[in-house]
Amino acid sequence: MNPTAPTPPSVQSVECTECAASIALQRVPLCGEIVRCRDCQAELEVTSVSPLRVELAPEVEEDWGE
Amino acid sequence: MRIALLHSRIRVEERLLLDELASLGIDHELIDVRELVFDIHDASRWTSFDAVIDRCIGQTQALAGVRVFERFGVRTVNPASVIEACGDKLTTSLLMARHEIPTPRTCIALDEASALAAVERIGYPAVLKPTTGSWGRLLARVNDRDAAEAVIEHKGTLGSVQHSVFYVQEYVPKPDRDLRVFVVGEEAICGIVRHSAHWITNTARGGVASVLEITPEIRDRCARAARAVAGPGGALLAIDLLEAPGRGLLVSEINHTMEFRNSIAPTGVNIPRRMIEWVVATAPGSAARGAAQSTVATSTPSTLAPPPSSPRSRAALVEELKLGHWAAFDAHSRTEVA
Ligand SMILES: Nc1ncnc2c1ncn2[C@@H]1O[C@H](COP(=O)(O)OP(=O)(O)OP(=O)(O)O)[C@@H](O)[C@H]1O
Ligand SMILES: [Mg+2]
Ligand SMILES: [Zn+2]
Repeated sequence: MNPTAPTPPSVQSVECTECAASIALQRVPLCGEIVRCRDCQAELEVTSVSPLRVELAPEVEEDWGE
Repeated sequence: MRIALLHSRIRVEERLLLDELASLGIDHELIDVRELVFDIHDASRWTSFDAVIDRCIGQTQALAGVRVFERFGVRTVNPASVIEACGDKLTTSLLMARHEIPTPRTCIALDEASALAAVERIGYPAVLKPTTGSWGRLLARVNDRDAAEAVIEHKGTLGSVQHSVFYVQEYVPKPDRDLRVFVVGEEAICGIVRHSAHWITNTARGGVASVLEITPEIRDRCARAARAVAGPGGALLAIDLLEAPGRGLLVSEINHTMEFRNSIAPTGVNIPRRMIEWVVATAPGSAARGAAQSTVATSTPSTLAPPPSSPRSRAALVEELKLGHWAAFDAHSRTEVA
């Protein structure tokens, strides 16, 4: 990636449910789309587009846990 | 002082731990376990760490990564032995039983037919749990033989091989809540009560948290449980307790990569700060290295120091954070690392 290239303007932003960072979306999201938070790498699933809402992507693995 | 945070996805908990590392001026590095390549013949990239804090969400990755660091001579929090003891409910239960720590009655069976016999032995209602996993996933309460047969058949047919280990437990008729205690070393630093109308009270499943008063009974149970899974000195743990009518507190299970985001506000205790302080205090070469004793550790919430301008040494941190009390009981086990 060229670091000097301007980042495309974001059309919308949404708060990451995991780390509270603002996630800028470059395209109008679709319901069910997976977006990645740049701050915490969490994969989030868009559950509603108007209002824009995301949720942690349901991809729990068998050995995940505390 | 140099600390690595081994992680996969960075949740609020990891962010808070990172914030504490930064605010204490501790030189630290994030290591994404998913990107990691270890050359087992060359430890040089890793030996500069005084400690590695494991915060991986996947236990298989955590255990493998932590084992490598341990073999390279790097202190890990929590160590592999603790991950093994807590990450597998069968091992936890065996340790509780061996150390005579009150825990729900548990039977184990390794075949579908014997699983039904195990349930019948426990009696109804019984609880079946996967031995690994969290957040109350795939727990089943069976109230009669029909339900037991169905769950056992489903697990045997649809589950992965892991589900062919049948872990069967008495159902504890607790009030509509359970207790979660945060343990740093051997000390119960704070706790929450998780309320729910459902018998599975996990906050991850919608349970509501409020503050728990740490009683002498809780303190004692937790110190013993911490020693049982981690040996003298304990570890960073979240211990789940069930209130059994007429029997007192039972250790239900122990978590080695605890989630605490929802427990800071109700308890008023800066849990991540206490975790980092303990890692600093018990790091090899630390003047304060040693086993902690619940009787000497204090419960005062940490006060925030302004971020220092440059990374600080262990000695300076131990001095500044007044962590010397950790040394009182195990001064002879200090190991100075060059
Ligand atoms: N034997 C039991 N009797 C009654 N309730 C139980 C029993 N075992 C578990 N529970 C309830 O189910 C919840 C989840 O159980 P457990 O802690 O064993 O599973 P887990 O998936 O490891 O959850 P956690 O995320 O709390 O680690 C407990 O907090 C408790 O409320
Ligand atoms: Mg658990
Ligand atoms: Zn995020």
